[in-house]
Amino acid sequence: MKANIVIAGVGGQGTVLAGKLVARAAMDAGLAVRTSETIGMAQRGGSVVSHVRISDGPIASPLMPQGAADTLLGFEPGEAVRCLPYLRPGGTVVVNAHTVAPVAAALTHTEYSGPAMIDYLGKCGGRLVVIDGDAICAEVGSAKVLNVALIGAAAAAGALGLTLEQIEEALRKSLRPKLVDMNIQALHAGARAAGQAAPQELQKETQ
Amino acid sequence: MGNEAIGLGALAAGVRVVTGYPGTPSSEILPTVSERNSGNIHVEWSVNEKVALEVAAGAAVAGARSMVTMKQVGLNVAADPLMSLAYLGVKGGMVVVVADDPGPISSQTEQDTRTFALFSKLPVFDPASPEEAYEMIIDAFELSERFGTPVLFRPTTRVCHGNAPVKLRETLAAAPESLRFKKDSRWVIFPRLSYENHIKMEQRLPVIAEEFSSYRFNSLSGEGRLGLVTQGISSGYVGEALTILGDLGQPLPAHKLLRVATPHPFPKRLALDFFDGLDRVLVIEELDPFIERELQRLAGEQQLSVTVLGKASGHIQVAGENTVAAVTQAIAGFFGVPFVPAASSPIGATMLVEAPELPGRPPVLCAGCSHRSAFIAVKRSMRKRRAIFSGDIGCYTLGNAKPLDMVDTCLCMGAGITMAQGLHVVEPNALHFAFIGDSTFFHSGITGIINAVYNRTPIVVVVLDNATTAMTGLQPHPGTGDTMMGWVSQKVDIAAVLRAIGVKHVEKCDPLKLEESMAAVVRAADATADGVAALIFESPCIHVAPPAPSYIVDAEACECKECIIRLGCPAILSVNGKAVIDETLCFGCDLCAQICMFDAISPFSLLSAKPLSPKPPSATP
Repeated sequence: MKANIVIAGVGGQGTVLAGKLVARAAMDAGLAVRTSETIGMAQRGGSVVSHVRISDGPIASPLMPQGAADTLLGFEPGEAVRCLPYLRPGGTVVVNAHTVAPVAAALTHTEYSGPAMIDYLGKCGGRLVVIDGDAICAEVGSAKVLNVALIGAAAAAGALGLTLEQIEEALRKSLRPKLVDMNIQALHAGARAAGQAAPQELQKETQ
Repeated sequence: MGNEAIGLGALAAGVRVVTGYPGTPSSEILPTVSERNSGNIHVEWSVNEKVALEVAAGAAVAGARSMVTMKQVGLNVAADPLMSLAYLGVKGGMVVVVADDPGPISSQTEQDTRTFALFSKLPVFDPASPEEAYEMIIDAFELSERFGTPVLFRPTTRVCHGNAPVKLRETLAAAPESLRFKKDSRWVIFPRLSYENHIKMEQRLPVIAEEFSSYRFNSLSGEGRLGLVTQGISSGYVGEALTILGDLGQPLPAHKLLRVATPHPFPKRLALDFFDGLDRVLVIEELDPFIERELQRLAGEQQLSVTVLGKASGHIQVAGENTVAAVTQAIAGFFGVPFVPAASSPIGATMLVEAPELPGRPPVLCAGCSHRSAFIAVKRSMRKRRAIFSGDIGCYTLGNAKPLDMVDTCLCMGAGITMAQGLHVVEPNALHFAFIGDSTFFHSGITGIINAVYNRTPIVVVVLDNATTAMTGLQPHPGTGDTMMGWVSQKVDIAAVLRAIGVKHVEKCDPLKLEESMAAVVRAADATADGVAALIFESPCIHVAPPAPSYIVDAEACECKECIIRLGCPAILSVNGKAVIDETLCFGCDLCAQICMFDAISPFSLLSAKPLSPKPPSATP
């Protein structure tokens, strides 16, 4: 079993914790794990990327080469596109539909369209799962559960090699007790959203 | 995390004293120890790296095992005590952990601590993974104690911030019950002692090098006339590259593989075994071509006809991080096997043609950051005067980005204050502002201010006091009073320090109150007629203070877009020509409401109470 996962987002969106949760679940399943993440200066609203590599054999490097990721978790459509070169042909992209505009985008006329980015991801990726992260956050009542919702969507799409139950267990072990229920709710909301998104994807693939 | 592994390894080695100054990528090592401290280990964030190293050295000469942590540029600050301590030596094992940052990702330089080890004649360990880091730091303590020398331990960012399962030892080394400093002239550095110890150091290095040739984490494998050499995280990239090339289906040429985990003193015997039978060697490493030079020197010394390729020959990039792709490419070229990188694979080609344009996304000051307000206050009040803004190291370096554009210089910790003095000599008629954070003030700001007072160089020192060391992860410092031992100490008051060193004009101000802040800036600027003036902007970092209610824009009233044009706040977006505030990001700092000329922005809860008609522009646009 091997799973290479790239997590792309904007500093502050919870990408680091997302990587840790997936790694935790994989470790508990007795698998080898290596991860690498962006900490420090880039965390302040900049582009952040985490690599998570899971395997039942030894893993040489925490960073993977381009074209090697089975799954790309995009917290934001533009950042997903930025990391797309890491995806292998036929890999899965799980992306949040809501864009985070770069600061001063309005000043420098560098705004971009989320739908255009998602359209492009659909053309390049093997499988695309788009979820409305904002709606899930609103449903659960916290803007901070986007990471767990995306993990839920990816797990439900079979893109992590881990089950929702394994992730739930990792949530229980990693989070403060009062945050666990809310995050489990977000995990399943993400999983349901992936289930609803799937038929659309089949349609897209047959076009 | 690799940094946690280093902290846990130090605990397993029975460390008694742990000191450091935060700096990416080293910051998580010291808290790992303090979180597990049963009370018998002294753990402190020191005011700077020099102090941290000296505290650890004091404990080590008394026989305690000590560890000091810092990033690579921190070692420059600690260079003075380290160089001398190399001559003086230690009694208890002392490990100086210096995290290097290839890229650089969060640093000013791409300096290589292995080269510092050569310069200071100290042994250095270079782990390749979190697992190795755990085991190797225990070895480093042991070696240090056995040879009576401080030892450098040099992980890089991808080891520090990489995560992997680490098997911990079950039994930990017991710290000695009671230690007592034994008075001896060996602890007093004098020219004669340095001369004698220099001879001992030079005699010791070949002994350690010989030991390193059999060290468990240095490895030599394979056979053939070609050789690959690597170190640290690049070992992982080489492993990955060999798998990728092997999977392409064509046979790879026979080759040897050498991994160097202890680059100094260089494991000469192991390297000679490696050289045996080789024609060509490719060295894959990050930062300096350290191993490459050692191998070239050794080949010259032994008059071997072997070609050593690497950075100098252009086969490996001279700057920045290595990547699996680049390393694969380099090895494929060295082996003479074809390799098509992923960027030109079918998926890559599709993207090159059709990829929509993506804007860059550099790091920025957080929404609600009080530094933004401070910069705006200074900028607005100095609009009609010639002013130069010297910056420093911290989150506020991000004030350089447009639209703030408030950092004209940035060099190293504390240098804003002193560079402003040099700038004043050249431009005596301009106003010179030096911005410095609270932790940086204690780290290396105070001596520079004393210099300005003494030499009568009128600058405005602006202390951006957000009550934490924000950029590196909210570490405490002398101004916050809380310590890594759980005590709350007496806080060191920045204003009192400034007054005590002779700064006559010292004023405190809340930067979130714009009008008041601007008046305070003008007062400080005018006070430079009388020497150094200081303005302390006090407002806690949003990561340590509770948020205020978020704000909302009345779209009907929104006309000026000053908030978008002037602030660079991540929470303010432009939607259909109107400002819109993302309530999940807004921290409620109120700055946008204060600069809005149409009174269109208000706290969410007050919206219904606000008049919806625009008011005329105010006198201070």
